[in-house]
Amino acid sequence: MSHVLEVRNVAKRFGGVTAVDDVSFCVDEGEILGIIGPNGSGKSTLFNCVLGQLRPTSGEVLVDGRSVTGMRPCDLNRLGVSRTFQLLQVFPQLSVRDNLILAAQEHQGTMLSRLFGRPDAGLTADAEQMISFFGMSHLAGEMAGGLSYGQQKLLDAAMAFMAGPRLVLLDEPAGGVNLTMLGHLKERLKTLNSERKATFVVIEHNMEFVMSLCTRVLVLAEGKILAEGKPAEVRSNPKVIEAYLGH
Amino acid sequence: MKTLLKYAQVALVVLAIAALLAAPLVLKPYGIFVLSQWAVMAIAAVGLNLTLGYAGQISLAQASFVGIGAYTVALLQPFGVPFALAFVAAGLLSFAIGWVLGYPALRVQHHYLAFVTLAFTTLVFLVMRNEEWLTGGIYGISNIKRPIILGWSTVKPVPFYYFALGMLALVTAIVWWLLRSPWGRAFTALRENPIRALSLGIDTRRYTLFAFAFGSALGGLSGAMHAPLVQFIEPTSFGLSLSLTLLLMVIVGGSGYFLGPFVGALVAVIMPEWLRFADGLYLIAYALLVLLLMTFCPSGILGLFGRLANLIETRAASARRQSLSAKLDQKPVSS
Repeated sequence: MSHVLEVRNVAKRFGGVTAVDDVSFCVDEGEILGIIGPNGSGKSTLFNCVLGQLRPTSGEVLVDGRSVTGMRPCDLNRLGVSRTFQLLQVFPQLSVRDNLILAAQEHQGTMLSRLFGRPDAGLTADAEQMISFFGMSHLAGEMAGGLSYGQQKLLDAAMAFMAGPRLVLLDEPAGGVNLTMLGHLKERLKTLNSERKATFVVIEHNMEFVMSLCTRVLVLAEGKILAEGKPAEVRSNPKVIEAYLGH
Repeated sequence: MKTLLKYAQVALVVLAIAALLAAPLVLKPYGIFVLSQWAVMAIAAVGLNLTLGYAGQISLAQASFVGIGAYTVALLQPFGVPFALAFVAAGLLSFAIGWVLGYPALRVQHHYLAFVTLAFTTLVFLVMRNEEWLTGGIYGISNIKRPIILGWSTVKPVPFYYFALGMLALVTAIVWWLLRSPWGRAFTALRENPIRALSLGIDTRRYTLFAFAFGSALGGLSGAMHAPLVQFIEPTSFGLSLSLTLLLMVIVGGSGYFLGPFVGALVAVIMPEWLRFADGLYLIAYALLVLLLMTFCPSGILGLFGRLANLIETRAASARRQSLSAKLDQKPVSS
């Protein structure tokens, strides 16, 4: 039985700087793995290496036992790996509904069938369902650029789930989101995890969010894995406290 | 309110079409010629709007494709190739060359891409000017005949005008279909955020190449109509200045608006004719007009309408809100 995601000895160097230094870990089906660490510890670089946005200097990435190292992000996405970004990444000039349709339209048919098929690629119902699941029904026809920051953050997350992904990597989903909306987002993520059997990897600075959402936590510092374990164990680990608070 | 604006838009388009169809009743042959020119240039502008306005890839090479299309038709004519066939050949050739020109766009963007496509315009111009054995060099090619289509002669100005309108309508329908399909959404995504698009499974590489190829193909089709319209072609017509004029049409009309290039082409082709009463000053007047428009409305003429529609809608919404909040106790709106 292979892991949903396996990262083997991945390293990424930029000139003389080693952003990610020989990192290995696995994620199994249904897990919610949290990755925490101080700013500059290599979390986002690690994400970008896993997702093909960057090519790792060395090491290998496997999804369901299959090597995907260096695969283009669009091909990887069609294998069922999706992501959200640290900074907002929605399409402001498309409606909320079109943002969601866009997030799934390339997962079916061919270029040719998309050209001659239905304008909505038969995805309107799915999009409406996702919109109401995230509690945004009243916004379906609005331009995404007109939404509040928190609403755009929800839309960003919803887009990552449109194509029914097997593995979702979330880069700071809670950043800049108010408490009410944060609780809303966490509930949605938990439901998607249990009902759709989606596996998550979450980068987050908000400890409360990580500790209550994740089943396992991995701590990065200076590009290396510092600690790994259940949320409660990691929280009381003296090395982790030191890395966060400085020497 | 929104639907009312939509109806107003549809009504305007219907009126414009009726006016175009009725134009030969009132216009002299020169007016018909200018309107035909508008229809032909609008085809190229619609193509550039696809590449630039929707997919966000700047191109200063559109004139080259008009040239390639025009020369294709002019060079095939002596061999007795029927116009329909030459027309299709012009489109296909431009599609293929446009596809290849798309490759630099996979590496560079914005003003870098502008310079790459500028160099291409120069290259094509030099080929048209220097390869005399093929293109006739600076003397160009004259005596290009207007086609007879299924027994219907387009030799006279009015039939050719209707022929050009028909071709514009055909191209418009195809582009409308394309932009309404998932491709249109993918093109917009490519323009707005290529990195996010890539992470959503959108093959940005392929869509970029297609955006260039389709836009260029329309440039070629425009050229294929331009050759029989003016009946004489020479290299300088297809240089940088036409590329810039086509760019102007897209930007002035409203880049990324479906009707933008039609309005833009109207401004670029017909406005100079209207301003002729100003005699020697007409180019200056025209330049000033463009200057003012771009300063105060960078999103183009249709952008101006868009802003107006937004304003009306916002006013209506706040009026609604006011009348509602007067009736109800003010409850905080949950996000």
